[in-house]
Amino acid sequence: MSEIVSHQPRGISLQRINAMVLRYWYLLMSSWPRLLELVYWPALQIITWGFLQNYISQASGFFAKAGGTLIGAVILWDILFRGQLGFSISFLEEMWARNLGNLMMSPLKPIEFLLSLMIMSLIRLAIGVIPMTLLALFFFGFNFYAIGLPLIAFFCNLIFTSWSVGVFASGLVLRNGLGAESIVWTLMFAVMPLACIYYPVEVLPSWLQYVAWTLPPTYVFEGMRSLLIDHVFRADLMAWALVINAILFTASFAVFLALLQSAKRNGSLLGGGE
Amino acid sequence: MQQRGTGQAQAPSQPPAADQGGSAAIDVAHLVKVYKTTRAVDDISFRIARGSITGLLGGNGAGKTTTIAMIMGLVLPTSGSVAVLGAKIPEQRYEVLGRMNFESPYVDMPMRLTVRQNLTIFGRLYAVKHLRERIDQLAADLDLKEFLDRSNGKLSAGQKTRVALAKALINEPDLLLLDEPTASLDPDTADWVRQHLETYRKTHNATILLASHNMLEVERLCDRVIIMKRGKIEDDDSPEGIMARYNRDTLEEVFLDVARGRLREGAPEGTS
Repeated sequence: MSEIVSHQPRGISLQRINAMVLRYWYLLMSSWPRLLELVYWPALQIITWGFLQNYISQASGFFAKAGGTLIGAVILWDILFRGQLGFSISFLEEMWARNLGNLMMSPLKPIEFLLSLMIMSLIRLAIGVIPMTLLALFFFGFNFYAIGLPLIAFFCNLIFTSWSVGVFASGLVLRNGLGAESIVWTLMFAVMPLACIYYPVEVLPSWLQYVAWTLPPTYVFEGMRSLLIDHVFRADLMAWALVINAILFTASFAVFLALLQSAKRNGSLLGGGE
Repeated sequence: MQQRGTGQAQAPSQPPAADQGGSAAIDVAHLVKVYKTTRAVDDISFRIARGSITGLLGGNGAGKTTTIAMIMGLVLPTSGSVAVLGAKIPEQRYEVLGRMNFESPYVDMPMRLTVRQNLTIFGRLYAVKHLRERIDQLAADLDLKEFLDRSNGKLSAGQKTRVALAKALINEPDLLLLDEPTASLDPDTADWVRQHLETYRKTHNATILLASHNMLEVERLCDRVIIMKRGKIEDDDSPEGIMARYNRDTLEEVFLDVARGRLREGAPEGTS
């Protein structure tokens, strides 16, 4: 081997993961409109829903009692949705740039690639959601961080789900090219009605409730309502969500690797177009 | 067209750079790739010696890019085997990817990043030691200094090709796979790139496999030429050997003969 190349570990290489994170960081910093966009939509959303919550809490005794459930739900939904987008957009950047062939020919392993996308989803999420929580505090007096330790459980469960969906959607784009890009933008919305973000699970028809309980976010949003309305932290709900997330996460990785193999059989890795 | 003789093919000489024994840089055996009903690569076999430059010639759809992609492990063969630098592909590809690199018109360097940023990222992916010095050296060798801090999207086609070549050389690969390395370049830049590849091969004893439509390039650079047509190997010899056998003065004439099937009847046995 050439003397200018360091010995490379057989397992996962932090150096390669760092290189990819650096690549996405350069990309993010090269465009202020992209940075602004990360803050823009979450800010608009929290302000709109915050005023709505103010209005209905004046008209409804329940919402006056359950202060912050709507704003809390909007923030948690954004963690779920933008966590997945943060993951998938970084992946799409490689497809848009036609850079995937370069990466796949480098020593970068699929697991390292996915880990770097996860780190970037956290960075993008922080840029978008932290200002959102500050706006909620400033305009509506809702201190998201006052949720305390349960927030860590909510966050971890939501981010694991967002990564699972992100890995799955990226696999589909990898296999089918940019023609499948719309999946990235819309897949999470399929989860929305069943995750019971703004209403309790009991609202659903009983047969649909079984489906809803297969989704980890349902446990998180139920847990959030329990905390904000009844001031009870439901550790059991978080534990169930974690178990289902572990299954989803493993399955999404397996599906991604299968789709990668299929893309190699199909010869779509070098093209990546529609 | 200049014609040196009758155009009748003679018996092939032994491909000069073919590694008949020992460890070849690339060893392809009975490789087949079928996409649905299309046989893109149809039972091809060849060995490429270390330190040689081999040209893969053929018209559009001949199977050159698919062959190179299978050598890189980016496309899985339907059947047959590929070994690169002694490692089975795709099973053991991560053991040798750090010693290989490639350039292709089917991939780009990220447009919004500067040349320096792109080279830094790929240098880190390949675990290049003393990366800053390596980038400076490549910038000097490939004349990139004046646009090292410009985004890739703002470069001319020739500058982009040089940057892609710098990326392909960042890890000083033992094996370099090039798909149309001088496509869309003006003759001066193309000649300059070819000179650089020649020098790199000599100084590093590197193996280079290049797919090209540019016959002059292949004549000038390659020790050996493999001509592909409809997924099969039509001929395999040194440029001089092939031209002599087809009684032609240039590879371009041979290419046209092969592409138009003029010499199919007289084609040497065992080469297709």
